[in-house]
Amino acid sequence: MIKIDLKTLTIEKAHNFLIKGDFSAVDLTKAYLEEIKKKNKDINAYLEVYEDVIKQAEEADKMIKRGEATMLTGIPLALKDNILVKGHKVTAASKILGDYKGGYDATVIKKLKAQGAVILGRTNMDEFAMGSSTENSAFGVTKNPHDPARVAGGSSGGSAAAVAMDGALFALGSDTGGSVRQPAAFCGVVGLKPTYGAVSRYGLMAMGSSLDQIGPITKTVADAEIIFQAITGHDEMDATSIPVDLRQQEKAGTNLKPKRIGVPRDFMNQEGFDAEVLANFNQSLEKLKKLGYEIVDIELPNAKYSLPVYYILMPAEASTNLSRFDGTRYGLRSVGKNLIETYNKSRGEGFGREVRRRIMLGTYVLSHGYYDAYYNKANKVRNMIEQEFIKAFDIKNGGVDAIATPTNPTPAFKIGEKSKNPLAMYLSDIFTVPANIAGIPAISIPAGFSKDGLPLDLHISAPHFREDILFTIGKEFENYKL
Amino acid sequence: MEKLAQLARIELPESEKEGILNDLKSILGYIDQIEQIQVKDVGPLGVLEDRPLKNIMRTDGGAHESGIYTKEILAEMPEEQDGFLKVQSIL
Repeated sequence: MIKIDLKTLTIEKAHNFLIKGDFSAVDLTKAYLEEIKKKNKDINAYLEVYEDVIKQAEEADKMIKRGEATMLTGIPLALKDNILVKGHKVTAASKILGDYKGGYDATVIKKLKAQGAVILGRTNMDEFAMGSSTENSAFGVTKNPHDPARVAGGSSGGSAAAVAMDGALFALGSDTGGSVRQPAAFCGVVGLKPTYGAVSRYGLMAMGSSLDQIGPITKTVADAEIIFQAITGHDEMDATSIPVDLRQQEKAGTNLKPKRIGVPRDFMNQEGFDAEVLANFNQSLEKLKKLGYEIVDIELPNAKYSLPVYYILMPAEASTNLSRFDGTRYGLRSVGKNLIETYNKSRGEGFGREVRRRIMLGTYVLSHGYYDAYYNKANKVRNMIEQEFIKAFDIKNGGVDAIATPTNPTPAFKIGEKSKNPLAMYLSDIFTVPANIAGIPAISIPAGFSKDGLPLDLHISAPHFREDILFTIGKEFENYKL
Repeated sequence: MEKLAQLARIELPESEKEGILNDLKSILGYIDQIEQIQVKDVGPLGVLEDRPLKNIMRTDGGAHESGIYTKEILAEMPEEQDGFLKVQSIL
């Protein structure tokens, strides 16, 4: 067996080693388990490493021996704690679910298991995916592997930190307003949010149902493409999954190969936007120019309303989705004098502060008398924003093939810096939220480091179902050498 | 605040009420900016009417065999009796 260098390993490299027999899936899994053992007590990326990982790896080795291996056979991954695996505990990092176990495999898990991927365990997150720092977990904060005094981002902070600390070759997260891309950026890895409807959400705990998508966190853009191809597809178990023929229609009228990248300078003119981040972003644009892309300024006058719209629609949808957690059918039940009191007590004790806050906000914007002013109005503004993106991507009328911004207005912030001020925390999602509002695909790619050694990033979005544009630009960008 | 907590079916400790009220005030102050935006009157599906998307209902059929998940689901319930979920009396 050759020595396994986890630092430089990618999915394709690992696959080739496994096929050649340089090391086995069991060897590879053990190498990751050792790394997790060394680092997880400080980073807190994993909430649980599954007991059956070696058994999974042995099954993968059998597939390889039988000549049935595919790209993901024997590849170890980390799973955000809101995706169901049959027979395994899943808690959304909340106390309210107690020791709840998944009764079935999520569709994405079914697809990964069919290829023989090895699921190492479940990772930490903001409770019910509500947050941008993983500080809202009921099981402690996840630290940034680049600087343990700083957050790993969120809500998929555990998944991003797991990949960044070489505790998994890739991870799955969920992205409602940036929850895959923002932590990936803070941890210096790649994060993809696919088009709304591209990846089945069957078996994902719902937060904002009109916004949620499952996406991969990987070390390279090429790896993100491999995982996206493995998990995308129509699924009749998810009513929002889009059939393949409609995906083709959606792509009509876009360029085969991307040429023009738009930069919404007006929209980027935000309070609190870090000067070093801006300088790094301008350098990234220079690289893209040298790679042959035409960089043009574009206007997205309504994009700035994405965040207020998001903080109406998401709590409204979340308060509805989370009404099922009432101490009746699952997990924690805190018994009161009557049924109403049992609801109140179970939810009061089971949900953390941020979840309570968002449920109450959602209840408020949906309440009689405010529904039109908030929820209905937000939906209308959302339509305007989506129209604006469709127009920006209309190449026949001078549009662009992709849009570039930074992923985050600042590098990873300090633990505790924003946890007392929810609005300041919400504002850190300013550049990632528009892709969820418009339903378009977007990717965060590492773009170097700040003076303090913190990862910086580049965010690219593309028309509906044109993930391939993100991969084309992203691979050229990450392979660019002076 | 108390009315809202009651509507949301969440018991709030006395010590948290003021903090959450202030948080909600500052968040509502921020999202109130959408009030001033002029919007065109769009249909209920809005932009979806311009995209080739449509509602597709799954056809009935292919139901799984009755009872194959019952054991796992019951095992996750806080209280069960004779194969049923046990709840508190409602009246």
